[in-house]
Amino acid sequence: MSDPHAPHADHSKHYIKIWIALLVLLMVSLVPAIIAQQLHLNITGIVVVTAFAVAFIKAYLVIKHFMHLTIEKKYVGFLFLTMLAFMLVFVGGVSPDVMKHEGQRWTNDAAKKVVDEGMKAEKAGGHGEPEKH
Amino acid sequence: MSSSAFPRPIATTRSATGISTGKLAVWWLIASEIVIFGGVLGSYIMHRIGHPEWASQAEHTNTWLGAFNTIVLLSSSLSAVLAHNAAEMKDGKKAAKFLWFTILGAATFLVVKSFEWTHEINAGLTITSHTFWSFYYTAAGIHGLHVLVGGIIMAVIAVDAAKGKDLQRVEAVGLYWHFVDIVWIFLFPLLYISK
Amino acid sequence: MSSTATDTAHGDGHGHDAHAPSGWDDPHGHGGHGAHDAHGHAEPHWLIKYFWSTDHKIIGMQYLFTGMFMALIGGFAVYVFRMQLAFPGMSVPFYGRVTATDYNALVTTHGSVMIFWVAMPVLIAALGNYLIPLMIGCDDMVFPRLNRLSYQLFLISAIVLIYSFFVDGGAFGGAWTAYPPLSAKAEYNLTPTGAPLWLFAVALEFAAFLLGGINFVTTVMNSRAKGMKMFDVPIVVWMIIIASILFMASVGPLIAGAVMLMFDQTIGTGFFDPNKGGDPVLWQHLFWFFGHPEVYVVLLPAMGIVAEVITTFSRKKLFAYKSVLYTAVGTGGLSFFVWAHHQFIAGIDPRMANIFSVTTLLISIPVAEMVFVYIATLFGGSIRLTTPMLWALAFIAEFLLGGVTGIFLGASGADIYFHDTYFVIAHFHYTFFPIAFIASFAALTYWFPKMFGRYMNDTWGKVHFWISIISFNCIFIPLFLLGARGDHRRIYDYTHFPDLMKSGMQDLRILATLSLVVLLVTQVIFLVNFFYSMVKGKKAEQNPWKANTLEWQCPSPPPHGNFPDGLPTVHRGPYEFSHPDRQEDYWPQNAS
Repeated sequence: MSDPHAPHADHSKHYIKIWIALLVLLMVSLVPAIIAQQLHLNITGIVVVTAFAVAFIKAYLVIKHFMHLTIEKKYVGFLFLTMLAFMLVFVGGVSPDVMKHEGQRWTNDAAKKVVDEGMKAEKAGGHGEPEKH
Repeated sequence: MSSSAFPRPIATTRSATGISTGKLAVWWLIASEIVIFGGVLGSYIMHRIGHPEWASQAEHTNTWLGAFNTIVLLSSSLSAVLAHNAAEMKDGKKAAKFLWFTILGAATFLVVKSFEWTHEINAGLTITSHTFWSFYYTAAGIHGLHVLVGGIIMAVIAVDAAKGKDLQRVEAVGLYWHFVDIVWIFLFPLLYISK
Repeated sequence: MSSTATDTAHGDGHGHDAHAPSGWDDPHGHGGHGAHDAHGHAEPHWLIKYFWSTDHKIIGMQYLFTGMFMALIGGFAVYVFRMQLAFPGMSVPFYGRVTATDYNALVTTHGSVMIFWVAMPVLIAALGNYLIPLMIGCDDMVFPRLNRLSYQLFLISAIVLIYSFFVDGGAFGGAWTAYPPLSAKAEYNLTPTGAPLWLFAVALEFAAFLLGGINFVTTVMNSRAKGMKMFDVPIVVWMIIIASILFMASVGPLIAGAVMLMFDQTIGTGFFDPNKGGDPVLWQHLFWFFGHPEVYVVLLPAMGIVAEVITTFSRKKLFAYKSVLYTAVGTGGLSFFVWAHHQFIAGIDPRMANIFSVTTLLISIPVAEMVFVYIATLFGGSIRLTTPMLWALAFIAEFLLGGVTGIFLGASGADIYFHDTYFVIAHFHYTFFPIAFIASFAALTYWFPKMFGRYMNDTWGKVHFWISIISFNCIFIPLFLLGARGDHRRIYDYTHFPDLMKSGMQDLRILATLSLVVLLVTQVIFLVNFFYSMVKGKKAEQNPWKANTLEWQCPSPPPHGNFPDGLPTVHRGPYEFSHPDRQEDYWPQNAS
């Protein structure tokens, strides 16, 4: 692709192509979800992985072709990566406490109780939906 | 109404980095927004993985409306970048036209959202009914607020751009809009597909 | 005025206010003669000049005076609750009897006001606004109206906080850390209106500083004087920028958390309620993920101020300019890896506690390095013990004590004993008092001649310095001793706890309280000196301290547009003191 900042160049065709690609990707992420829903298949893993893989690709397309981040000064991209890295640090530091309900010599009884009751209610309700693990 | 009634300081006209001042500020704004959304989405993801029973709540979200809104936002992003394209070619009128399309997208998004929420609230799925729904309304609400603010700012810029004024702002607001779009790209699988 | 008012709503919203790329040439010439005076050259009405100005110097002053006013509120709060601790049940002069609810509200107010409405606005917003455009040699911030909006949001947040004292149930009393469930449920905190108002005020204040921070960073990145390269920027500007970035990167999760807590408080969601599937520890993480970098957000500008003052008054180049810079960046980065040391006994996973202990001890290395660098700068210099220099030296000494006692608390084993005792309080204040007050006094006394064109009285400045420093130490050394003896911090009346009333513990409390009264009364000396000198002080010349940085190369006080003889061009770094080839012992950055 040529430099979108070149003066007076019209890139609308290119942008429309990207937009079509984005819509196609959206459909791709929907297909497994619809199949799972219609056929009552227990393929939550596939559904979730496809959906997030597609989300990352879509985000990349928007960042590269709409925001032109790849031809911006390098430090802008690094700034965003740093911010994302801080969020990973945050989740990494917090998840042993919040995501898990037990650890080395501790248990979170309240959270466990809520999960147990929720799972029981789900069984009793008979939603027939695949459980997510 | 004209912003030239407020002459800018020399500082605003300088550009030691080579990035124009407005664009640079938007990059920093996006950086600070990343951690705001990171906080709420990170908290949601941790809770969601720690609470398998939330799946029975998540199945009530309307995937079709979510997908429709994704299309709306992706298309509004397209018109935002087309507005930028027009602004690069110094065509203020065309840039303004595309910005109004983007604003139309923002409005559609919000209308669909309020329809969806009304439906869910009437079905008893309120923000207090379950912590899944608390996260659902909070995350989507913060995002919706960004859509609303973006729409208003774009309207202001579109009025100026139509007069051929401050065309560099079209790109800056576009960057913000693409960011809002990207947040939704991740909200969609988080709230509507992971069931 | 209406045109300016519409314009605010217009361009300032999210900082999309950039100059047309086609207009890089300055349309007004480089005269700096009020290039952005919306009202022509006529003097605007004083109300507009002082309350609706977009001039960075006026906005800096607004932050400064608001911060000073809030410091009085924070100071009054601490006076009242310390009196209650020293003399339980007495009717405190100027306040009356302190109920338990009052006590909680006062403690909370003292903490949040001193950090969010004193340290942040004075160190970052006031000094940043005032100094950045002057020190990098331009005429204003890049977004003047965004800047004004930022101050207005800050002012509203301060008003909301003060207002929360007068609502039903009184001001929020759940400590400045606002841990749920105490902060989330009105039936626990008994302040159904005060708690959401407090949270709203804090969130608004964050928004104000986010806007301000974006403005600072963009200004320094884009608008430096011609010839000013990255390493020609004065350390204090660098520090304010690094601090702004740290703030920007750390406050996001807490803004999200504040929204969640607000919903818990007002509409009854269960984000932090374990019985509804939420988690109260999550708030602590959200809070401290911001709260610990926040320490460095205020520390770094203070370190920057000290660098400016000690180089000027030891007539020496700053030792290892680049090391200071890299160290500051390193400290900032590392500060994102230490937050859970506030939560060692909150029920976090012990394996995480090990990791956070190690990172916490690591972070003392870069901070110690900065202290060493400053001592190396002093070594062999021709030191002049002016009032600002005394404050700067005191900062290094007192902050050192704060840093060293942090080691005790960072080690998770020792922290189990020290947690929530007065040892923590004393440690914290040995870091924050130097940051928020000692460094601010250094800055105010140092830049006063520039700000108001007059000198402060040096003798009274020194009297104020010595009494303040001695009384400060007399407050907190007793608190270290009390804390080491197990004195718990969240107690309203110690007479109910016989174990904490033994052998002289109450005497130490009384000593601390009386020293506090002395410290507070001493500030009258400063205030009188400050306001008297503003009007009647000896006139100051352009560069009274013979310093190099650009703010001293324009008139005192600088006019609108800052540099009447044209914006400066920079030829060298900010600390070229005692250069052997020069007759004078200083070499201004813009001198050819």
